[in-house]
Amino acid sequence: MLNSDAPRLGLRLALFALLSAAFFAPASRADDLQDATKFLKSGQHQQAMERVNKVLASKPRDPQARFLKGLIYTEQGNTKDALDVFTKLTQDYPELPEPYNNLAVIYASQGQYEKARTALEQSIRTHPSYATAYENLGDVYAKLASQAYDKALQLDSSNAGAQNKLSLVRELVGGPSQVAIAREPAKPAVVLAQKPAAPTAPKAPVPAEASAADGSAEIVAALNGWAEAWSKKDADAYLAYYAREFKTPGGESRSDWEKARRARIAAPKSISVSVTTPKVTMTGPNQANVTFRQAYRSDVLKTSSTKTIIMTKNDGRWQIAQEKSGS
Amino acid sequence: MKHVFSGLLAIAVALLAALPAFPAEPSPENRLSAVFQAIEANQPEVALKRVDALIRDHPNFRLAHLVRGDLLLARSRPLQTFGNVAKTVPQERIADLREEALARLHAQRERPSEDRLPRLILQLHPEQKHVLVVDSRRSRLYVFANANGRPRLIADYYVTLGKNGMEKTREGDQKTPIGVYHVTANLPRQKLTDFYGSGAFPINYPNEWDRRRGRNGHGIWLHGTPSAVYSRPPRASDGCIVLSNPDLQTVGAYMQVGLTPVIIADEIEWSDAAAVEAERSSLAAAFEQWRADWESRDAGRYLSHYSGRFSAGGQDLAAWGVHKRAVNAGKNWVKVKLSRVSMFGYPREREFVVVTFDQNYRSNNLANVMRKRQYWVKEAGQWKILYEGAA
Repeated sequence: MLNSDAPRLGLRLALFALLSAAFFAPASRADDLQDATKFLKSGQHQQAMERVNKVLASKPRDPQARFLKGLIYTEQGNTKDALDVFTKLTQDYPELPEPYNNLAVIYASQGQYEKARTALEQSIRTHPSYATAYENLGDVYAKLASQAYDKALQLDSSNAGAQNKLSLVRELVGGPSQVAIAREPAKPAVVLAQKPAAPTAPKAPVPAEASAADGSAEIVAALNGWAEAWSKKDADAYLAYYAREFKTPGGESRSDWEKARRARIAAPKSISVSVTTPKVTMTGPNQANVTFRQAYRSDVLKTSSTKTIIMTKNDGRWQIAQEKSGS
Repeated sequence: MKHVFSGLLAIAVALLAALPAFPAEPSPENRLSAVFQAIEANQPEVALKRVDALIRDHPNFRLAHLVRGDLLLARSRPLQTFGNVAKTVPQERIADLREEALARLHAQRERPSEDRLPRLILQLHPEQKHVLVVDSRRSRLYVFANANGRPRLIADYYVTLGKNGMEKTREGDQKTPIGVYHVTANLPRQKLTDFYGSGAFPINYPNEWDRRRGRNGHGIWLHGTPSAVYSRPPRASDGCIVLSNPDLQTVGAYMQVGLTPVIIADEIEWSDAAAVEAERSSLAAAFEQWRADWESRDAGRYLSHYSGRFSAGGQDLAAWGVHKRAVNAGKNWVKVKLSRVSMFGYPREREFVVVTFDQNYRSNNLANVMRKRQYWVKEAGQWKILYEGAA
C-alpha cells in the first residue's frame, strides 16, 4: 500500500516543505539531512537512517531529522515506528501540518479513514492553505463516502475498498497546487528547483492556444495533443509525448513506468484532461519549462492541480523530458 | 455551496413546509428529518454531526448511511444526485432508498390538520382502544386512539408493503390486500424466526368480502424487520405490512386481538367531522330500522333491508327469504338488542360499510348471543345488506 503514489506524493511534498526550513541550519546538520534525503530517494534506507541518527544524537528533538526518520520508516514499510515518529512530532510541534498529513497517509493505507480524516483536519487547522492535506482529505472523504454507501447498500467493502483506493491514488500524481508552494517560499536549492508558480488568484480558464506566447505555440500545441491523447485513453499516443530521456518520477525503469501508466489510463471508463493557463519559459533553443493548470476528470476522480514540466525538442518534436512537480 | 447538495436539496426543497415539533424522544425518522433540515439551512457540518449520531444509535439504518455518504462525498466533489454512489451497483437498491427517503420526509412534513378525521372510520365501539389505518401511497401506518368514539391521531409510522403493490387477489401475488381487517393473533418474537423481528400480528385476510370475490392467499401479517435491518424499502414484502422493530413494539402495545381494526387503503381520506357524522347517522338509522323490523316479525319489511345481490352462507336473497319467512312463522315474539357496534367504510368501494356488533336475540322458542358482521351498501339512496354472518 505504501508504495502507491499518493502516500509518496504526500510524503514528498511534506518533505519538501519541511526541508525548506533546513536552509538556515548549521552546515553539517544540513549536509547530513540533505545526504539522508538523497539516500532515501535512491532507496538506500540504511545509509539514510545512519545520517539521520547522527543528527539526532546531538539534537534529539530536531523536527527535520525526526520527520526524515518517519519517512524512512514509512518507505521501509515499518508503519508502526513511522506512526510513532509522526505522532510524537504532532505532539511536540502541533503547528506543523506535514506530520499530520503523513500520519493520515499511513492511516489511510491501513484503511483507518476516520483517523486519517481527523489527522488531515488537524493539518488543515494548523495551515488552512495546506493544499496537499486538502487533496488528501478530499480522497479520504470520498473513501468514507464509499464506505457509507456500501453500508447503505449492504455491499462488502473489503475487496472493493482496496480497489477503489488504488484508483483514487493513482491520479493524484498531479503535483502540488500552487497554494502549497506559495505557503513557504521555496528555496531554490532544495529538492525542487521550481520557481514559485504563477499567482493563485482565480483566473477564468483560457484555452491553451489563446494564452500561448509567440514562439511557444508549438509547445502549447504539443501539450494539448498530450492532454487529448490522455483524454482519448490512447496510451500509445500519450506515451509518445514522453522523450526517450524522460526522467521517470520514481526513478523506475522506463518500461515499468510505461506499464503503470498504461494500466492507469485503461482503468477509468472515461477520462477528460484539460490544460489551461500554460506559461512557457524558454531555457534554451530546444528546451522549455512549462507551468500550467491541469484539470483531470474521470468517472472516479476529479482533480485540478498545477504542473510544471520540462519539454525538449527532439527531431522537431516537443516532448516531455521531466514532470517536476509531483515527483 | 448549495449546488453541492442539489440532490439532497431536491428532496428537501420539494417538501418545504413547517416541521412539526418533535416528541420528547425523537424517532430515528425525526432525526433523519433534522439532518435534511440542516442541509436545507446550508449547514453541512451540522448535518454530518446529526447523521453520525443517528448512525451511532441506529447502525442498521441504511438510509442514514446513504445520506452520510452524500454528505462526505460533497466535501470531495459536487454531488450529481441524491445517493451519489460512484460504484456500479444495482440501481434499484439506490432507488429503494430514495423512495424510502421521500416517504419518510413527506410524512414528516405533511401533517394532517387536527380537525380532519379519516372518512372511513364511522364508528368505534367503546372497547376498541385503537384503529390502524394504512395509507399505501405514503407507505404509512396511522394509529388512531378511540377518544369517546371519535378517532384521534396519536402516531404514524413508515411501513413496507408488498413488492408488487396493492390489492391482493391471489396466493403468492406479493401484494398487500386493500380492505377492512382486524388483528387475529399476537405471535411473540420467540415463536418466530429472526426475519419477522420483534413480533407479528396476523390479520383476517381474506375476509368475507374477499372470499366472496374469489380472493385467496393467506398469512398477511404486521411484523418487524430482521435484526440486521432497521427498515426495508417501501415496496419489498410479500404482502405483509412491515414496521421497524421499535415501531412494531410500540404499535404492538395498542393491539387487541380480535378487536383492533386494520384498515388498508390506497390513501387515507380526510373529512370533516360533520360529513363523517352525516354518513354514520344515516347508516345507523338504517341499522336501527333493520333491528326494529326484525322484532316486528313482518318478513316483508325485514327482507326489504337486504340487497338483491345479498348472499351469505351459500344462500342468495331468495333462499334467505324462504328461510326467514319459515322461521318467523314459528315466532310469537322476538327481541333483538345490538351493542358494541363499529362501522368502517370499505376502501376502494363507494358507500360500502362493514358493521360489526354483538347481537342479543331472544324469542319465544330461541335465544342466542353472537358477534355478527354485515356489509352494508347504498343502492338507489337506500342502505342495503349485502352480506351477513358470524364475526
